[in-house]
Amino acid sequence: MKTVTLTVNGIPVTVPEGTSAAAAIATVTDVFHRSVRGAPRGPYCGMGQCFECRIRIDGWRMLACLARATAGVAITTDD
Amino acid sequence: MTEHFDVLILGAGPAGLAAAETLAHAGRTVGLVDEQTDPGGQIGRRAIRQRPGRAFRKTLTRLRANDRITYFPSQRVVDCDPHPALVTESDLGYTRLTGASLILAPGARELVLPFPGWTLPGVLGAGGLQALTKSGWPVRGRNVVFAGSGPLLIASAHTLKKEGARIRVIVEQTARREIARFVAKLPAWPSKAIQTLTFTLGLAGIPYYTDAWVTEALGEERLEAVRIVQRGRSSVVSCDFLGTSLGLIPNVEVALRLGCALSHDPHPTVRVDSLQATSQPGIYAAGEITGIGGAELARLEGTIAGHAVAGELSKARALAPRHAHWARFGAEVARHFALRDPLRELAGSQTILCRCEDVTLGEIDAVADTGSIKLLTRLGMGPCQGRICRAALAELRPGYGTVTPSEISRPPLFPARLDTLADQALKEPSS
Repeated sequence: MKTVTLTVNGIPVTVPEGTSAAAAIATVTDVFHRSVRGAPRGPYCGMGQCFECRIRIDGWRMLACLARATAGVAITTDD
Repeated sequence: MTEHFDVLILGAGPAGLAAAETLAHAGRTVGLVDEQTDPGGQIGRRAIRQRPGRAFRKTLTRLRANDRITYFPSQRVVDCDPHPALVTESDLGYTRLTGASLILAPGARELVLPFPGWTLPGVLGAGGLQALTKSGWPVRGRNVVFAGSGPLLIASAHTLKKEGARIRVIVEQTARREIARFVAKLPAWPSKAIQTLTFTLGLAGIPYYTDAWVTEALGEERLEAVRIVQRGRSSVVSCDFLGTSLGLIPNVEVALRLGCALSHDPHPTVRVDSLQATSQPGIYAAGEITGIGGAELARLEGTIAGHAVAGELSKARALAPRHAHWARFGAEVARHFALRDPLRELAGSQTILCRCEDVTLGEIDAVADTGSIKLLTRLGMGPCQGRICRAALAELRPGYGTVTPSEISRPPLFPARLDTLADQALKEPSS
């Protein structure tokens, strides 16, 4: 199986090609961002509706459940 | 960039794909817009670890080979107008698509009602957990509980078990005798009977609690356990993930913005006639957006809408008996797995209702004028624009969450980039 390597909060992660960004992040952390009152949050709806999996990929705001993990990108959580 | 097609279709799930193929066969050019990276919709997702199935390969091949269909994956609709036109956004920027007709097939999302702890990481929609698992979410060896109502729990549990998760228990709110009545009717839809049997055999040995629900998700930084109540008896089951779902609700945001007439039950669905036409000229709707009925019904509605738009009215009408047959299946699911009142009473005053703005049920109840809830609490004003909390409010506090056009039909329909908004504002000064 082909794999891709990227970083999540600076930590190198290697996942099978086609893996979602959300799944790649989940190998590193459960917490994708903090709520407006500081509570931990992770993906909830899994299909692009709830925005709880919002993260940055190479600085761009994205929904991790709708984005693929692509080689060489830098994903950051807790934005 | 503007592109024009005979017909625009929103959604590449069962309904949208069926409509696209019907129209292409009738010689029409089709612009097919979808927010996922692959066609098939939520139901057609395939696991990345699996080789693409025959049906999926056929769909992809047909889409690519058909030069009348232009497929736009990974595109979100940020605005629309009833001419009709869709403004979509992707990583690459925005596109304005126009068509002589438009078929709306955007599918549905999961209904979940708030309960204490439901915002903890590790608590997900059941279908959402299934979708993420298929996309490589690490579940192997992890303990998982599914809770809520309906066939989706079984289907999701089946997927996670195949991917190596340990399914601790499936918690179904419906009573066993009601499920038995539903199962007894399944032979009328043999493919569903076989699917149910496959899932049941695949999940053999896993506890299936009926007449039961999860009252609380426990944990600090993430989910650690759930509290389950079955006929007054409480137990705590430790788990890493909880997949929860009480059914599906249609994605009506684009239809609402276009001015299509809706029905409320209490969740909004788009009203259509027997040819799938909405109240707006040239705009059709097919699949879950017209009422939750499943993939078979969605496929039929997509085909009917395709024929109707192509002017093949006799072909469209010939499908009416099959449509009625599958509409009955959807109605049976809704009837036998109807939401029970105790599920509406799990949220306490400290339970968050609006996840985006951390608004609790107590804060909402403290607002005397129900017309000012949004103004005073910021309910529904976060990035999801009320997609999650609106349905919950409609169930928990009937009358508060009713969709009104002035409330959510303003653009952008999804958070959009400034360059999209700026360029669109220059082109469309009236919007």
